[in-house]
Amino acid sequence: MIQFENVSRSFLVGDQKVAALRDINLSIAAGDYVSIMGPSGSGKSTLLNLIGLLDRPTSGTYRLDGGDVTALNDEQQARVRSQKIGFVFQSFHLVPRLTAAMNIELPLILAGIPPAERKRRVAELLENYGLNDRADHRPDQLSGGQRQRVAIARATSMRPAVLLADEPTGNLDQTTGREVIKLLEALTEQHVALILVTHDPAIGGRAKRQLQMVDGQIVSQT
Amino acid sequence: MRFIDLLDFASTSLRGSRSRTLLMILAMSIGVAAVVVLTALGEGARRYVVNQFSSLGTNLVLVFPGRTETAGINPGMLLGQIPRELSLDDAEALLKSPAVKRIAPLTIGTSEISRAALNREVVVLGSTSELLTVRHMSLGQGQFLPAGDIHSSASVCVLGNKIKHELFGNESGIGAWVRLGDRRFRVIGVMARQGESMGFNTDEIVIVPVSSAHLLFNTSGLFRILVEAKSRDALEPAKRAAEKILMERHNNERDVTVVTQDAVLKTFDRILRALTLAVGGIAAISLAVAGVLIMNVMLIAVSQRVKEIGLLKALGAPAAEIRKLFFAEAILLSGIGSVAGLILGEIGVLAIGKLYPSLPVVAPWWAVLAALLTSLVTGVLFSVWPARRAARLDPVTALAGR
Repeated sequence: MIQFENVSRSFLVGDQKVAALRDINLSIAAGDYVSIMGPSGSGKSTLLNLIGLLDRPTSGTYRLDGGDVTALNDEQQARVRSQKIGFVFQSFHLVPRLTAAMNIELPLILAGIPPAERKRRVAELLENYGLNDRADHRPDQLSGGQRQRVAIARATSMRPAVLLADEPTGNLDQTTGREVIKLLEALTEQHVALILVTHDPAIGGRAKRQLQMVDGQIVSQT
Repeated sequence: MRFIDLLDFASTSLRGSRSRTLLMILAMSIGVAAVVVLTALGEGARRYVVNQFSSLGTNLVLVFPGRTETAGINPGMLLGQIPRELSLDDAEALLKSPAVKRIAPLTIGTSEISRAALNREVVVLGSTSELLTVRHMSLGQGQFLPAGDIHSSASVCVLGNKIKHELFGNESGIGAWVRLGDRRFRVIGVMARQGESMGFNTDEIVIVPVSSAHLLFNTSGLFRILVEAKSRDALEPAKRAAEKILMERHNNERDVTVVTQDAVLKTFDRILRALTLAVGGIAAISLAVAGVLIMNVMLIAVSQRVKEIGLLKALGAPAAEIRKLFFAEAILLSGIGSVAGLILGEIGVLAIGKLYPSLPVVAPWWAVLAALLTSLVTGVLFSVWPARRAARLDPVTALAGR
């Protein structure tokens, strides 16, 4: 489903060109569970941003569901993000003034889904993630684990094909981290491709496919 | 994104920073209220003057002695001549024109009026019976000056309401004698209370036949002649006829000034309208200031919400949608602000109306519309830059909060 062919990404720092990714070739199928590990600066996040269409490769092609998405303009890419990609962030990125339910509803609102359908889906997600009694709380009234559950519910509200998680347990203690990982893993059973960036080998090691990155290259795959 | 959701989302972000939103609305509403109140005042002044003018009479042509020359020195001046005065015969001659319905010659002067031990200074108006109709005056009791020969100097007078009360108290006063200067006059009528109009208080005058006034003041000239044209369309013909008749009578010299009341009124109308516009324009500057404020606040909002904008982009909001979100916020701000300002302004107008009942203060509809439009347009215009800035943010750096 995801296919990278010779993808490179370089940044200009001052007047120097720094290569963040070099000639990445990668393919990920629906329902795959992939972890990306490596030291900081190895290009994990850059890779994730490229997969999530938040960034464009300097060279190479990226095919999503067979179509070349690097050729799309910003607006078309935004549509692909809305329909096919879900994000879970280390710092949750919930909108502080909106309640849990409204945060979950946000992608549906942006996609222009009718209110009745939105309500149904949000209720379902609140139920699935055990957030029913927290629906009307704002993020600052939620615990870290609850916040990340809201974020996961939000990421899955549009039923994406790919879920990208950047250090999803980074701000959580071990027990809650574990619970969050289990929730994410459960999604792979519904044919969602889960791509997880992490420092933590204990978490990365659970993935069926593990990519090790150093200096913008994938050095090992299992 | 649906339009309703757009407004809803924008309103959540306005509610998210309550005090900032309230201050913005306050700034906007003060601007709109200023425009409404100031233009209402200007318009009130204009209407006041127009009303006063029409209370002076309708279809009036005014004839003054003398002529304002802009072409340098009048040869008469060198010979020590003063402009020829307007005589009673001049006034009567005007009736020859078919366009003229009635005339009322006017002589004016001040004299001392006394009755027994009471005396005071009064303005004495010399005129004819026609004055009542021509000047839209109304009689309280008794009768007005008798109609008939314009040259007859009957010793009768009509008192202004206040003068009558000062001299006679609650007595009717009709039939009594009063002394004006060195002559005695019989009171035949009292004017109804009218109050001030155009700085001329008809309650404090005494009206006598024009010839009597001439004798009293030892003159033969008229202060002016009020000419009532047959209709509105007859105004110009009446004016030209008056000019022609008087020129013929004055040895072909143009030595009178003839103006229509409309011309005077139009001048005032123009001046006061310009004044209203100018005042409204000055008030509109405060709207522009409010616009700059909105821009400032939106720019701050963009930099405070960088992460949120990054998130919206990650969730699939295209740049256009993000721009719309900020536009919606600005429109909501200026919309609510201008409605609040309208209410504030109307309250101010009502208060002024209560304080000065004689001033017909009403905000003109065009000013209200202009204030609303200006505030909405400034709101949107000044949010273009912040909205574009938000929409251009790179999602990766925005999410990192940089």
